[in-house]
Amino acid sequence: MNNTPLLEIKNLHKNFGKFQALHGVSLTVSEGCLTALIGPNGAGKTTFYNVVSGRYKPSGGRVYFQGKDVTGAPTHKLVGLGLLRSFQITNIFPKLTVLENVLTPVIIHNGKSFSLLNSLRRKTDLREQAEQILDMVGLTRYANRSASTLAYGDKRLVEIAIALARKPKLVLLDEPTAGMNPEETERIIHLIKDLSTRSGATFFITEHDMKVVFSIAQRIFVLNQGRPLAEGTPDEIRANRFVREAYLGGSLDARGA
Amino acid sequence: MFGVLNKNFLTGLLIVVFLALAPLVLTTHWIIILTEIIIMSLYAMSFNLLFGYTGLLSFGQAGFFGAGAYFSALTLAHFTSSFWVCVAVGVIGTALLAFVIGWFCVRLDEIYFAILTLGFGMMLFTLAHNWRSVTGGSDGLTILTLPVLTFSSYRLELFNPKIFYWLSLITVSLGIVVLRQVVNSPFGLLLTATRENSQRVSFVGQNVRTVRLVAFTIAGALAGMAGVLFGLFNRIASPEMLHWSFSGKAVLMTILGGSGVFLGPAVGTSIFFVLEHFITSYTTNWMIFLGAILIALVLLFPMGVLGTAASFISKQRGVMKHE
Repeated sequence: MNNTPLLEIKNLHKNFGKFQALHGVSLTVSEGCLTALIGPNGAGKTTFYNVVSGRYKPSGGRVYFQGKDVTGAPTHKLVGLGLLRSFQITNIFPKLTVLENVLTPVIIHNGKSFSLLNSLRRKTDLREQAEQILDMVGLTRYANRSASTLAYGDKRLVEIAIALARKPKLVLLDEPTAGMNPEETERIIHLIKDLSTRSGATFFITEHDMKVVFSIAQRIFVLNQGRPLAEGTPDEIRANRFVREAYLGGSLDARGA
Repeated sequence: MFGVLNKNFLTGLLIVVFLALAPLVLTTHWIIILTEIIIMSLYAMSFNLLFGYTGLLSFGQAGFFGAGAYFSALTLAHFTSSFWVCVAVGVIGTALLAFVIGWFCVRLDEIYFAILTLGFGMMLFTLAHNWRSVTGGSDGLTILTLPVLTFSSYRLELFNPKIFYWLSLITVSLGIVVLRQVVNSPFGLLLTATRENSQRVSFVGQNVRTVRLVAFTIAGALAGMAGVLFGLFNRIASPEMLHWSFSGKAVLMTILGGSGVFLGPAVGTSIFFVLEHFITSYTTNWMIFLGAILIALVLLFPMGVLGTAASFISKQRGVMKHE
């Protein structure tokens, strides 16, 4: 395997006026390594995602994707390189069918956005690709249903399927289990683990549910008040004194998986 | 909403055959009314590519409709008497115009887009109204000689209402086939996706402005096509065709018929013109009655007459398609 990390962040800063949302964050994500970013509310996780995915420009520091400097690059450029994000709030095409939801990014991915002479009515290669992705996330049986009629957990799966349709190398998943019931949470954990090995994409998730983090992450970064606090394997993070004191309190033993 | 059955092709063919045979039984008076309905249907449907499919409310569609009429009137006055050259100049000219105007308008959406299109529409109106030496000013450009159609040795005279009707039917059908192809293409899906959630479209790497600009250009070109026919039909290109109230007509007819179904705007156009025709023959205060009936129709059929009917039928069939 080559040594260039998939994503490398060096000394990232982001200020909003005088408020320092991110202060000197450095981290790396290696290909195939399911990585998690954790931290209490307001630690800067979402800001971090917004900077890395091109939504905000950083105030300082660099972002490298596959060794390439992409600091401050616009979202569509990052998407073209294979860096996609999924959203904390459900962000889908409500009145389109589930299949059409996935077909849309498939069309874009294949450079067919302005293809006017093909018809989607026929069985096309595009359609097949979209069906494969639905199969991968287990939504095949809802293919022809309007996405707005799905249960909340399934809508989140549509959301992930939309990201996967661009054949990403790295997917940033912001709180994938937010708002889910235990059953749905169980299902999505299983799915992320599965996709992480099967889809060719590396997942980088933020999560507030420690049980989820410790059960799926191979590597964990802890953020506190915009500053990096610790990094390591789940076991190392569990044992880390600073993390226990500053963030997790004594609850790790009780809640750890 | 737009996913339809494969029977649609047959249905469309049946409608065209039916319409093609209609002049054999109709009086000249009704042939003329039907011609106007057919032309205006293409106009309303071009508007709906933006409104129903792309989610952009344009208040400047008449600008392109009128531009088509002026382009063809100018072509006839100065260059050629060929019908197809007229149509080509009208369509290509409005496509270019729509591309330039669209380039500015698609920067914004929602009400801001509507205001921009309104502004450009008013500019085009003023241009046609005040540039007397070219456009004839408020009198408009009268079309003195209608184009002729020649097929080798045959010559078709457009003065004949039946011939003009059939020609309009053929031209409008071509325009509608183009629209149909657009909405069923991968690009068509991108349009509806943009309507549903434009932010998500750009987050998967597609520049939304480009998508909207292409839709705007196609819609403009087809409105121009309808405008060419309308100019020939009335034998004049006049500033009223570019007026914003004429743009409003497209909005009204589309909502009346249903923006969520492909042929909705055509149904709305038919209802509008038939109502207008009957009411004006009874009273001079026809606007009051037409207004009242339109309000009632919109309240009774919230998804448009065809839209509501289509959703009723699909529910009856037990096909759970959409919310």
